[in-house]
Amino acid sequence: MSELKVQEREVVVPGEVLAEGMGYLPSRGSYREGEKIIASRLGLLEVDGKVLKIIPLSGVYLPKRGDTIICRVVDILMSGWRIDTFCPYSAVLGLKDATSSYIEKGADLTEFFDIGDYLACGVVSVTSQNLVDVTMKGPGFRKLSSGRVIHINTHKVPRVIGKKGSMVSMIKEATNCKIVIGQNGVIWIDGQPEDEIIVVKAIKLVEEFSHIRGLTDKVKEFLEKEAPNIKKGAKIEAAKKEELEEKAHLRE
Amino acid sequence: MARHDGRKPDQLREMKAVVGIIPNAVGSAMFQIGDTQALAAVYGPRNLYPRFKQNPSKGILRCHYNMMPFSGSGNRIRPGGNRRSKEISMVMEKAITPVVDLKDFPNTVVDVFVEFPQTDAGSRCCGITAAAMALAHAGIPMKDMVAAVAVGTLGNEVVADLDKKEEDYEGEGGVSDIPIAVLPNTGKITLLQMDGEMSREQLKKALELGVKVAKDIFALQKKVLKESFKEV
Repeated sequence: MSELKVQEREVVVPGEVLAEGMGYLPSRGSYREGEKIIASRLGLLEVDGKVLKIIPLSGVYLPKRGDTIICRVVDILMSGWRIDTFCPYSAVLGLKDATSSYIEKGADLTEFFDIGDYLACGVVSVTSQNLVDVTMKGPGFRKLSSGRVIHINTHKVPRVIGKKGSMVSMIKEATNCKIVIGQNGVIWIDGQPEDEIIVVKAIKLVEEFSHIRGLTDKVKEFLEKEAPNIKKGAKIEAAKKEELEEKAHLRE
Repeated sequence: MARHDGRKPDQLREMKAVVGIIPNAVGSAMFQIGDTQALAAVYGPRNLYPRFKQNPSKGILRCHYNMMPFSGSGNRIRPGGNRRSKEISMVMEKAITPVVDLKDFPNTVVDVFVEFPQTDAGSRCCGITAAAMALAHAGIPMKDMVAAVAVGTLGNEVVADLDKKEEDYEGEGGVSDIPIAVLPNTGKITLLQMDGEMSREQLKKALELGVKVAKDIFALQKKVLKESFKEV
């Protein structure tokens, strides 16, 4: 009686009839018009029992509670910081959420975070009007200094991370770079400049071929070709040596 | 009356469409019908300033229509906006606003820029069709697509998709044209303007024809949007 009009995991466009009859239920990205269920955005159709859902493929990032995002300080407020989240809505980082150390009244807040600083932070709350609060209290939340920042499509982030972080840890291991991925599609990379370039290329590869089967193998192949000489630990030793030399130099 | 390019009365000019042609934009599309070509780029939802223009209950849609200086018949068009482009921007906005649903994006704006490198009549319809594709490509929630086309009478015969030569026809019966924008699934009309004169029966017939041919345009929009993500 109720009938699905399109295949599961097929790309649907707005206005396309997904199903007819009362046997299915519309969910995110679809609505009911009489007997029909119609798509209200471009995306992949997912059928979960009776529920029809559309997985978006494009569009801007909307902050969600619990997400880790990478953002930039754009202004300093009375008691906090205004943060550009690289999405339609800016966020506020309050003093309480910024640091556990005591900040005196009237203290210069630029000592903690200055305008232009990049932060890895977490979204604590999003209101109905999309006012966003972020926090620096949590594992991995910190100020990001040195390195570089790239932007990718926010809907491709899960592919860059991979299952249980498999993709990103593979890239990290092969290139010896530190990588932090924000749900808003901003990625911070820190390492040797030539390694950073390899990471950027690898991430762009994932973004471009995010849909194909055997993506992990493709990226692995790329990394083996591009970064064959980087042995695990070799660069870290080099960095440590450099640091020691620098310290010695300073002492002199 | 035979059409100068040998088309049947209900036949559209040849159409071409591509999405994702402007990498910097959130969504983009090119739509060409005959010699009229529109490039549409969607930016946003993004912050809207000045602040008094913000709407706290939903995002707003802004369209910008612009003919490039070298488009048209070859006479240089003064660059920048003019009274005509301002009006067409407004009617495009009103044709598309009923389908986009921006209540999840309060206080923001979605900007749609539509540029015309080449025009040969029917540019507002071409622009609306391109804009709808670009909006869908940008992942904006929409109840339906919008497909627009001009219908009219040419020497007392009802025809679809008039080109410039037909619009300038001065022979017996004269010419009239109605640009309409149609929501293909419901057949509802969101844009209806008219140049010239026609009888009540002709108007009825013309609108029916318009709704019918808009479905052909929708079929192309759908096909192109799906193909752009085919590999997914």
